[in-house]
Amino acid sequence: MSAITTASKSPLQKLRSATGSRRIFIHTVLIGVAIVMLYPLLWMLSSSLKPDTEIFTQPGLIPSSLRPENYSEGWSGSGNSFSLYITNSLIVTIGAVIGNVISCSLAAYAFARFEFRGKKIWFGLMLGTLMLPTQAVLIPQYTIFYNLTWINTFLPLIVPKFLAVDAFFIFLMVQFIRSIPRELDQAAMMDGANPFQIYWKIILPLMKPALITTTIFTFIWTYDDFLHQLVYLQQNDKFTVPLGLTLFLDQTSGSSYGAMFAMSTLALLPTLICFLIFQKRLVEGLATSGMKG
Amino acid sequence: MTTAKTDEVVKEQSAPSTPSDQRERDRMRRRLARRRGGGWWPYAFLAPWFVGLFGLTIYPMLASLYLSFTNFDLLTPAQWIGLDNYDKMFTDDPVFWDSVHATLLYVLVSVPLKLALALGVAMLLNRDLRGIGLYRAAFYLPSLLGGAVAIAIVWRQVFGGDGLFNDFLAWFGIKGQDWISSPDTALYTLILLAVWQFGTPMVIFLAGLKQLPKDVYEAAAIDGVTPVTRFFKITLPLLTPIVFFNVVLQIIDAFKTFTPAFVISNGSGGPLNSTMLYSLYLYKKGFTDLQMGYASALAWVLFLVIAGFTAVNFIASRYWVHYDD
Repeated sequence: MSAITTASKSPLQKLRSATGSRRIFIHTVLIGVAIVMLYPLLWMLSSSLKPDTEIFTQPGLIPSSLRPENYSEGWSGSGNSFSLYITNSLIVTIGAVIGNVISCSLAAYAFARFEFRGKKIWFGLMLGTLMLPTQAVLIPQYTIFYNLTWINTFLPLIVPKFLAVDAFFIFLMVQFIRSIPRELDQAAMMDGANPFQIYWKIILPLMKPALITTTIFTFIWTYDDFLHQLVYLQQNDKFTVPLGLTLFLDQTSGSSYGAMFAMSTLALLPTLICFLIFQKRLVEGLATSGMKG
Repeated sequence: MTTAKTDEVVKEQSAPSTPSDQRERDRMRRRLARRRGGGWWPYAFLAPWFVGLFGLTIYPMLASLYLSFTNFDLLTPAQWIGLDNYDKMFTDDPVFWDSVHATLLYVLVSVPLKLALALGVAMLLNRDLRGIGLYRAAFYLPSLLGGAVAIAIVWRQVFGGDGLFNDFLAWFGIKGQDWISSPDTALYTLILLAVWQFGTPMVIFLAGLKQLPKDVYEAAAIDGVTPVTRFFKITLPLLTPIVFFNVVLQIIDAFKTFTPAFVISNGSGGPLNSTMLYSLYLYKKGFTDLQMGYASALAWVLFLVIAGFTAVNFIASRYWVHYDD
């Protein structure tokens, strides 16, 4: 039986389908790596439920006694309630997502579907900004927003997203629109649609996968973006989740480790939920987008 | 244009065209060509991007170049001081050199390790295994969470004096130390954090591995090529465009690292500036010390260094990256 199947397999298949013992070996290695990868996260989760005294003395993952109060204490914890930080983070991230989806899809449509003077140069510039480190423009941008008296508001974190500054997503969407058959545009054009109607009624609905990828990544990256929030938000009542978390760091000379781990766990929840729901799309979207020019 | 041409060929094959059809089609094609030029339409779609490009990228780049030649504390007007900032940076600022040292060490150690691990695991995953989706998810998750403050906090505790890492060493009878507060090891905890996040390049490697031509491997298998030879003579050369893509991306990313350095050292870059990554130093100069002229000079040096690394990468790529077409 096995002889027959082996015989009918191509040499490549033989290569790929390892023998039983090799298979076990590979699984063992992969499971080992997976444990190392996930262990720090599990340790955080378990520490968030341990009494402070136990976090650093009892190394195992299972707490000897559960202390869910860490969560309630952390939540009401550092100056403001954590719910304020979460609300602030939501305002910033939702604003950024809307901005990126609109502005990047508009720009991508222009690059993917029109011929115009200097298009190659503009497109090249757009790709160039992909490599530009944000630190290089941080200070002048700060002075601009300072002069607009936008410091300590959410505007410096949201408005730039409406101006398509995240070239990565323009590029991703250009690639996607190029895969939509032009015949659809042309058919709509024959029916008298103008370019905006084509964008709105044909391109946007068809590029939903690219828009979802943009939404997820913008959400996660903005939510986790610490540098800009640290620079632009200065008063506690405007703080976002990452800034709220750093307040715990200053306090941990005392003994609120449990609360700190509890809030760290909560802070990761939105990203984790995103990941669990969109896991396949995230991983595949990353692997296929932006690969071939 | 190419699509219009192929359309024409298809139509001509399917039905003989009459002269009036031909005229009608010509007119339509001219109209389409004009529409694709689009007059002012493309500029309307690009308007937000243009505002962003000029207002938030090109103008700030130029402004930052100007500011780098000034003394500027945000509150009083900038004073022109010529090359003083650059002069001070290179000749009279030991912290600058500490940060250059820490950053180069960080980039040059973390990027190769991360990519090697990413490629290794991608090769293991590139076969029909049960639960492959689960593995990919487990390996990718840390990369997704990596930039978060919460992770940096966890890292700080894991490598602290009585943290998880020392518990782990204790199993092997090794007595640990406080890795975060020792200047010899603090940076390596950051490097380990970067390596832990090998998921992004791994996924890209995996996509690349799946695209490799199968016939080459079939031929090699028939010739009885050993796995090691197979890797170095077939897989690696064919994969070089993707290795290159990952190298460029990861180097740029590594140069920009800020959050973990800030959190792990509590914003200080310590101990003894050992975790003073360049971005952190730039932030401190600009926003803690309000030396925005000096910080602008730092920003331009960072920009030039990243551009330089990228350019060298592209030039060197001619000698080791193989494109099949």
